[in-house]
Amino acid sequence: MPSLNYLQLLVGVFVGIASGYLGSFMVLRRMALVGDALSHVALPGLALALLFHVNPFFGAFATLFAGIIGIWLIENKTELPTESLVGLFFTFALAAGFLITPQVDILEALFGDISKITFLDGILAVILSIAVIIVMKKISKGFILSTISTDLAKSSGVKVARINFIFLVLVALIVASGIKAVGSLLMGALVIIPAIASKNFTTGMGRYTVLSAVFGLASLLGGIALASYLKLSPGPLVVLVSTAFFVVSLLKSKQ
Amino acid sequence: MDDKTILKVENLTVDFGDQKVLDNICFTLAEGDVLAIIGPNGAGKSVLFRALLGLIPYTGKVSWRKNVKLGYVPQKAFIEHGFPLTVFEFLSLKSNSKDEILRVLTAVGIGAGHEHEHHLEHHLKHHIMNRRIGLLSGGEFQRILIAWSLIDRPNVLLFDEPTSGIDIGGEETIYNLLHELQKKHSLTIILISHDLNIVYKYANNVICLNKQQICFGEPHAVLNPNELTELYGGKTSFYKHEHAEHEHV
Repeated sequence: MPSLNYLQLLVGVFVGIASGYLGSFMVLRRMALVGDALSHVALPGLALALLFHVNPFFGAFATLFAGIIGIWLIENKTELPTESLVGLFFTFALAAGFLITPQVDILEALFGDISKITFLDGILAVILSIAVIIVMKKISKGFILSTISTDLAKSSGVKVARINFIFLVLVALIVASGIKAVGSLLMGALVIIPAIASKNFTTGMGRYTVLSAVFGLASLLGGIALASYLKLSPGPLVVLVSTAFFVVSLLKSKQ
Repeated sequence: MDDKTILKVENLTVDFGDQKVLDNICFTLAEGDVLAIIGPNGAGKSVLFRALLGLIPYTGKVSWRKNVKLGYVPQKAFIEHGFPLTVFEFLSLKSNSKDEILRVLTAVGIGAGHEHEHHLEHHLKHHIMNRRIGLLSGGEFQRILIAWSLIDRPNVLLFDEPTSGIDIGGEETIYNLLHELQKKHSLTIILISHDLNIVYKYANNVICLNKQQICFGEPHAVLNPNELTELYGGKTSFYKHEHAEHEHV
């Protein structure tokens, strides 16, 4: 395993902040499972990209985008419970992805390997992370309000359906960016765990979202550093570090 | 529409699929009116509100006076205990002005009263504004929602069961507050209530709703036992309230 380099760290910083920040809003919406399922939807895309020698980010984003369109349409056009459909998407994608992923690449697709990141991947991840943070900040008021009450939001002029759609696109972008680092099986953890840890520490929205971003950052950097030191795969270590933050936050919230 | 009319509703009909939820509702509202909407569960009261606010599709006509500003307090806004949002942050979702937020909080009687003026801001800062909104009591939360609706000085307030989930003492206070606000700012108010005492005490017009419009007019003129029986299907306990000051169903 190659040693730690600046590109990995740079990607870790930006993807960590962006996924922690975005994840804080997913947890508000009780969308933790959607995030988890979406990250699995990336798997068939990754596999197709590997088969056709395309940059895996684009493959992952393509199937993620198809996945969110599916979820968004289902939410808006039918009365079917989103949770169960998300379960369908998730298992279907995992099954299809597993079958078409080349055997040699399966571990990397599932658990990621940030040490294999190319310069182009790195720059793309950084730019997308910044874009995700800016757009999320812009829609955050309407998003929070429509989480509390759709009627209250609509009566205040918030375009609820549009905001939900933009939000799902942001989720797809951040999942596609983070998959190189932690893999499609564990990406869900990167958006969920920092947020729930932060929730235990904070009272208000401002601090909650910022601390979630900080935990996301610390989890990725900590995981990457540990992986380099222990000569292990970074993905699972990132998740272990963020889980450690969560355990500490539990102790705090018990006080 | 004449000068005094602020809202005119003509043949308003709402369908959910092949089910008629509201059928041919017609009424007008003058500036400064307090209109109560009464009716049993599932009568379409909240649906009428949502149609008036333009939140759902309908047929017929809902014409508000030009440039009218609506303030809306929904029946419930579910906020779990752990939702990380302070009162100040909640109100900031609607207004960027701290002065406006302080004004509406004062208007609903939070932190005001016996406090000295110069202590007011300090008090708000340390007590209400920075508390998690999910941890407020029912009455406090209701006041915050009313404060929300008062941001940007609306002309018309729509309250969906303003006192659901509040104890009787708190309920009285909320209605007194609404009454005061109405007088002070010459607001027009539309409220949904299940309590006929409230209707008699505060409303000058009432609509009885059970998918169709069963009555419309001044409470004392239109609320007779026959209408109420038709409305509630024989549950006349709604009517006898002469000495049951705090009774509500």
